[in-house]
Amino acid sequence: MIPAAFDYVRAGSAAEAIQLIGQYGDEAKFLAGGHSLVPAMKLRLAQPTVLVDIGRVSDLSYIRDGGDHIAIGALTRHMDVEKSPVLAEHVPLLAHAAGHVGDPQVRHRGTIGGSLAHADPASDLPATTLALGATYVAEGPNGTREIAAADFYQGYFTSALAPDEMLTEIRVPKMGGAGWSFQKFNRRAQDWAIVGVAAWQRGSECGVGLVNMASTPVLASSVAAAIAGGASAADAAEAAAAEADPQADLNASVEYRVHLAKVLTRRALQAAAG
Amino acid sequence: MTMTDDTTGVLGQRLLRREDPALLTGEARYTSDLPIPGALHLAVLRSPYARARILSVDTSAAAAMPGVTAVFSGADLADAWAGPMPCAWPVTEDMKSPTHYPLAVGQANYVGDGVACVLATSATAARDALDAIEVEYEPLEAVIDLEDALSDRVVIHDEIGTNRSYTWDLKIEESEGQVDRAFADAAYSVKARYIQQRLIPAAMEPRAVAAIPQPFGGDMTLYSATQVPHILKVMTALTLGIPEHQLRVVAPAVGGGFGSKLNVYAEELLCVALAKRTGSPVRWTETRSEGNQATIHGRGQIQDIELAADSDGRLTAVRVRLIGDMGAYLQLVTPGVPLLGAFLYAGVYELPKAYDFSCTSVFTNMTPTDAYRGAGRPEATYAIERAMDTLAAEIGIDPLELRRRNFIPTEAYPYEAMTGLVYDSGDHDRAATLAAEMIDYAGVRARQESQNVPGAAKRLGIGVSTYFEMCGLAPSRVLASLNYGAGGWEAATVRVLPTNKIQVVTGTAPHGQGHETAWSMIVAEKMGVSPDDVDVLHSDTAIAPLGLDTYGSRSLSVGGVAIAMACDKVIDKAKQIAAHQLEANPDDLEFSGGEFRVAGSPDRAMPLAAVAFEAFTAHNLPDGLEPNLEAHTTYDPPNFSWPFGTHMCLVEVDTETGEVDVLKYVAVDDCGNQVNPLIVDGQVHGGVVQGLAQALFEEAVYDADGNLQTSTLAEYLVPAASDVPAIETGHTITPSPTNQLGVKGIGEAGTIASTPAVINAIVDALSGLGVRDVPMPASPNTVWRAINEAQGGQQ
Repeated sequence: MIPAAFDYVRAGSAAEAIQLIGQYGDEAKFLAGGHSLVPAMKLRLAQPTVLVDIGRVSDLSYIRDGGDHIAIGALTRHMDVEKSPVLAEHVPLLAHAAGHVGDPQVRHRGTIGGSLAHADPASDLPATTLALGATYVAEGPNGTREIAAADFYQGYFTSALAPDEMLTEIRVPKMGGAGWSFQKFNRRAQDWAIVGVAAWQRGSECGVGLVNMASTPVLASSVAAAIAGGASAADAAEAAAAEADPQADLNASVEYRVHLAKVLTRRALQAAAG
Repeated sequence: MTMTDDTTGVLGQRLLRREDPALLTGEARYTSDLPIPGALHLAVLRSPYARARILSVDTSAAAAMPGVTAVFSGADLADAWAGPMPCAWPVTEDMKSPTHYPLAVGQANYVGDGVACVLATSATAARDALDAIEVEYEPLEAVIDLEDALSDRVVIHDEIGTNRSYTWDLKIEESEGQVDRAFADAAYSVKARYIQQRLIPAAMEPRAVAAIPQPFGGDMTLYSATQVPHILKVMTALTLGIPEHQLRVVAPAVGGGFGSKLNVYAEELLCVALAKRTGSPVRWTETRSEGNQATIHGRGQIQDIELAADSDGRLTAVRVRLIGDMGAYLQLVTPGVPLLGAFLYAGVYELPKAYDFSCTSVFTNMTPTDAYRGAGRPEATYAIERAMDTLAAEIGIDPLELRRRNFIPTEAYPYEAMTGLVYDSGDHDRAATLAAEMIDYAGVRARQESQNVPGAAKRLGIGVSTYFEMCGLAPSRVLASLNYGAGGWEAATVRVLPTNKIQVVTGTAPHGQGHETAWSMIVAEKMGVSPDDVDVLHSDTAIAPLGLDTYGSRSLSVGGVAIAMACDKVIDKAKQIAAHQLEANPDDLEFSGGEFRVAGSPDRAMPLAAVAFEAFTAHNLPDGLEPNLEAHTTYDPPNFSWPFGTHMCLVEVDTETGEVDVLKYVAVDDCGNQVNPLIVDGQVHGGVVQGLAQALFEEAVYDADGNLQTSTLAEYLVPAASDVPAIETGHTITPSPTNQLGVKGIGEAGTIASTPAVINAIVDALSGLGVRDVPMPASPNTVWRAINEAQGGQQ
């Protein structure tokens, strides 16, 4: 498990990180918690020639009340998201989902921004923030821009971020007391979900995000439409896979994934309503 | 305990393991921790094809890279080997074994087969240079399916002309045709096919090797993460043509093996050969992905089993047909694994002489298989215990009741089975009764009545498994009858130092079992000293030159007994010295609590400490007696040891998702007298988890082209603590009559019993839905599919 040779530079600020990534070009990668990138490098599936370490850009680690939303710095560790009293009060679904990422070691090292920017459809937080209608803030050489979570994910490990852009903040609307549920189905506790469902519901309004049901995290809009139209949780859940395009792997056939998505969506909606 | 009177009460105590502080604090040194100045690092280029002709190997670019000392293809090293890679178990006269060298020459035969290697001044430089070796391959069609292999549609190895390695039969009939007649006359019969999936042993410590040459003297020291330093020494000497007396093998701290380190591996031979060639130390540490590909796999069988029974459900005949998956080549004991189970397909049940076993083993283009915790016996136990449940369903009686009707009765022990093997002791009903009490068997059956109703979202199931662990390998003569290439004895030396501290030298090779703790307890009990006064030396052929190492649950029932016997010899000698000093007849002396006393004269006594010092000074020894207190024993056991027991598993199956939740797991194991029940519990816990992992989690998956799909621990699902239930252990104690300690092995029992208990529980939960079997591993998807198939729905 020896990665290919690479150079290492450490950025002291977001601006410096962006300047460095621009300087080194396509072969450079940001290194935050390293819990997705480093394993890929050890298997030589990723061979960046330069790592720009942003792990010590401490002013990007925060959780702040932004009025109608909570703002989370991109370098906030999963464990801090999980344990945040602010999130527990205003966005409990996200805090709970963060507690299901990997294992405690991973949660102490891995960052929310790293997880989202990695754009792995099997990760818990992309689908969760998608369900919550989050907005991401990216900073590049030309300043900052906001990207809706719904527009961010473009394919396996592919996001709307430009190569010289860096995710700096995640803005998650307050849930306003909505019911919620996070259903993570896997074979071992520390694994990626075979299928996961993040859901919230407040009256006839709901949001449902699916983990590992396509090349991107999936917003189950048809479920939300059915609930808005007065359907029961069980009936609405039948539409869970309408926007999905799952693949088979060692853990699940396509048919099983579709079935699981429906079952878990129903359970999530019932739990959120209950 | 059935011990001598010389008891200090050490045996049977739950002493903490003396090994653990060093292991837990990182003080223990594993092979890759050893500082070896000037060592060159080996890296191995492995075939990306399951079967491919090697047309050319161009090492020039790699050899020119910084830090690279040398690059070799298989052909470059052809003169390094005195013989091919060893297989020590030619199970039949006509067994076919393809020639196999540490690096493939001409053709690679599995993904991971070594094709070339690099020596470099750092592990990084060695790894980088692998990418610069240019190999031209001609990919050939790979054989992955066992029945396809059997057909010889594609023959993997031209030199042997067939994929069949051997066929081994064990047919035992009172009179010719008895098995056929029994099936013709049977009131009930069942037939089933079970697939033993391939498993990856995944020891915590990967393999690691370091070979240190002494260029002028010719001596060679081989450090290896091995469970067989003694066997490795003999085999390395033979394979490389190194005089055995010039080779020393050391197994430093070794982090688990489960059989996977019971072998002679290409990398061990490469390190020694290249150290010899270059005059420099050569070291190698396996990566986890290399381990998944190039360390042996376990299991890999197709089992067809048939049972015949009379109207009471009593077995009248057993017929078994196996196809064994050898993988691409035969490793050290690969072909023998099915034989280790061949005698056990009637389980713990009475069977007339009506037994028909046949195994045909085939080559495939996958990683070689070999012994993996239980080796043959988990497979056999799985087949008979699953089939017994199927038979119970056929008859319509409770599976536990069916087992009770067939148990070998306690009064029949020692019991000569129809195979001719003699089971030393057993009390199956007692173990089953205890397990049933612990899990509340009757209560569970009642709960099932109310819970498992049509449409139930969660169904409750209970699984039973009873077993024998034929272990303590083994009487040498029995091994001879199976064509095994070594004996089954174990050696021990017990040495009392001048200050009454005791050194024990053992030929066992612990790699996590806790031998230092257990052996010190045996000596303490025998010699009347504290366990803290006993040091246990092992796993270095310069210190412990004789031994047959650790595997097959043999260490206590062979090696531990050898130690007790050596203690007896020391006590006999000490008694002569004490008698001489006390001016008494040796026959009048009693030894207990570390003191010799004249019978009837309690004031005339001499402690062992004083005897030890007399033996050391030799100032006043009986005429003709040699100084010092030391004795050596080599013990060849008269029989296997036969631990047995009953495991029960309670599961709840989510019928919507197929998820299996193990609610409770009860293991009742009888391993005779227990030296240290804490260690016994640890072995049972670990074994149960490993067997449960086969039932629910683990499988080495290959695609049709022979690519391993589970090459990392992200895909190969070794369960963690959070994924397994709490395990409740119970024990009955039925001492073995064949050794003075009354002990039996326990290392593999958990793995043998647990797999069928779990699957039986799942099938029991789903029987009301028409499910009759669930393949392993019973993943949620697999269970969901089984339910759907039984319900005639989508798959």
